[in-house]
Amino acid sequence: MTEILQLLIGGVASGCVYGLVALGFVLIYKASEGVNFAQGDMMMLGAFVALTLGNSGQLGLPFVVAVPMAMIIMFMLGWGVERIVVRRLFGQPQFALVILTIALGFVFRFVAGLIWGYTPLVLETPFAGKNLSAGGVVVGLADLTAIVVTIILTLLLWAFFAFTRYGLAAQAASQNQMAAYIVGVPVMRVNSMIWGLSGAVATVAGILYATRGAIDPNIGLLGIKAFAAAVIGGLGSLPGALLGGLIIGVVEAYAGRYAPGEFAQMSPYMIMLIVLVARPGGLFGQIQMKKV
Amino acid sequence: MRVVFKTSYDSDIDLHEHGRDRVLMGLLLLAMAALPFLVGDYYLSEVTNTLIWALAGMGLMIAVGHTGQVSLGHAAFLAIGAYSDAALMNAGLPFAISFLLAGLLTGLFGALIAVPAVRMSGIYLAIATLAMFVIVEELVILFEPLTGGIGGILAPSIEILGISFDRYAALSNFYWLVLGVVALVTWGYANLMRSPTGRSFLAVRDSEVSARALGINVTQTKSLAFGLSAGVTGLAGALLGHYIGFFNYELFSIFISINLLLVVTIGGLGSIQGAFLGAILISAVPQLIAILRDGLNENLGINLAGIPGLDTMLFSLILIGFIIYEPTGIYGRSLKIKYWFEVFPLARRDVFRRQKSYLKTERMK
Repeated sequence: MTEILQLLIGGVASGCVYGLVALGFVLIYKASEGVNFAQGDMMMLGAFVALTLGNSGQLGLPFVVAVPMAMIIMFMLGWGVERIVVRRLFGQPQFALVILTIALGFVFRFVAGLIWGYTPLVLETPFAGKNLSAGGVVVGLADLTAIVVTIILTLLLWAFFAFTRYGLAAQAASQNQMAAYIVGVPVMRVNSMIWGLSGAVATVAGILYATRGAIDPNIGLLGIKAFAAAVIGGLGSLPGALLGGLIIGVVEAYAGRYAPGEFAQMSPYMIMLIVLVARPGGLFGQIQMKKV
Repeated sequence: MRVVFKTSYDSDIDLHEHGRDRVLMGLLLLAMAALPFLVGDYYLSEVTNTLIWALAGMGLMIAVGHTGQVSLGHAAFLAIGAYSDAALMNAGLPFAISFLLAGLLTGLFGALIAVPAVRMSGIYLAIATLAMFVIVEELVILFEPLTGGIGGILAPSIEILGISFDRYAALSNFYWLVLGVVALVTWGYANLMRSPTGRSFLAVRDSEVSARALGINVTQTKSLAFGLSAGVTGLAGALLGHYIGFFNYELFSIFISINLLLVVTIGGLGSIQGAFLGAILISAVPQLIAILRDGLNENLGINLAGIPGLDTMLFSLILIGFIIYEPTGIYGRSLKIKYWFEVFPLARRDVFRRQKSYLKTERMK
């Protein structure tokens, strides 16, 4: 019983990290119906930037200063990527963006390897290694932080899209660009901002990932798994992304313990395929048929 | 500028627009066939590699370039082709039969995948194929008796009617075999694209709604295209297995899928020539990087060998450059250059200007 609970909490915590990366996918999808395959690598970069700012061997800033600064730097990076590269793809088929962001991911990974090397590094955080225990179940403070931060961030982003002008403008831009232009939405500017925002969210995800283990340039490959999470939830849905992340995290945790061999590796993708077959738009997807 | 007067419907769908093209193709094929007498073993094996890549690229081109179904999982089809061919040959079948069966099996698998996949579009299909790729990769490790698991499998040497076509024993024979397969597939592909089926592929790519309005069964067309695409890639996979000789699951990584996408995008989407041009570039760039690296090392003392991932990074930069500046690929650029020479003083850049298009949601489809 304790083991089951323990696995559940570990699964939920890693599911929250998947969910956070998935939130980055959803943000961009909600604003431009594009998919940023470099999201996982942006998460990796965010973690490394925070590490450079905060670790005692490096700049040695206090943790509460380093995190917002890392988020600002990654906001600028996301914003810059949109301004310099993605904007030029305006009006090209969607998969051009897919291929472009895959290539961008490779570039990010290479640059990170060049700067920080390929040996795993550890981010120094205030809550590393501290545990709470209740009734025999041990909960890492890092896990708890991951869960709480994810819930807060999801709520904030949901409120952003539901209530603010920018959020609504972003949704309008994704549904019909031309119509959005006509009613005065600055589509380009909104896009840049959303890319910046997704960079900041990726940083949070990266830091939460780093609190639970070491980081190296290849952790960006986690993005593919987070992607499965976003798809399970339905690419355009923020709570869906979180739910998808949780499903994947929990199933993976149990499959790793109880299922044979390779099954834990396959489980996220099998769940995703099953969901896609049953509901091609994801659990919370909003696909409507257009009739001729 | 040469103007072709089309006087009948048949000339509209002719395989070659000019008679001149027919002669040029014949000459090219002759030159390719004579290659083993002209170049050494090293280059011959490189050309063989390029041809296999072009074959795989053609497979992906049917799906991406001509039907608009982006696949991130074609490495899985390569793997299925290679493994099924090797397994069938180990079971005692001759190469000629196992090769065709490998293509057929991969094609069937592709069509099977397509049944749920055609319900998705755009991004969702790309993701589903990515998931399929991961699952196939794990399955290869699980089915150890057939696939050799992590250890790998040896592709048996090819023998047809007592003549050896093994890569290591008789390279030029293997080259001719690959060339023959590639030529046949190209010919079939070109013919397919001027048949009603091929043109329904294009219709589905351009607009599913209007294709449906024209009476095309979209689901069936997409499945057929995906199956064909998988089948051709499977054939390439079987040849690749024999080319490598001994392989395991690591040969078919996600990078292979991405390289294949590179082949079709850089080459030029929606053109058979694009698959060949892309394959040539893909196999030439690593050689160029190696030459550059040696040159820098010898002349300037800059050692690049210690930096991992440099090749992939350069590939990525080339790809980004192409997507931004020349979305139609090398083939599109060559058409522009040809046009410039043909209408020399009158060429205007705006002829090739893309129409501005605005995004409309895919959630309404």
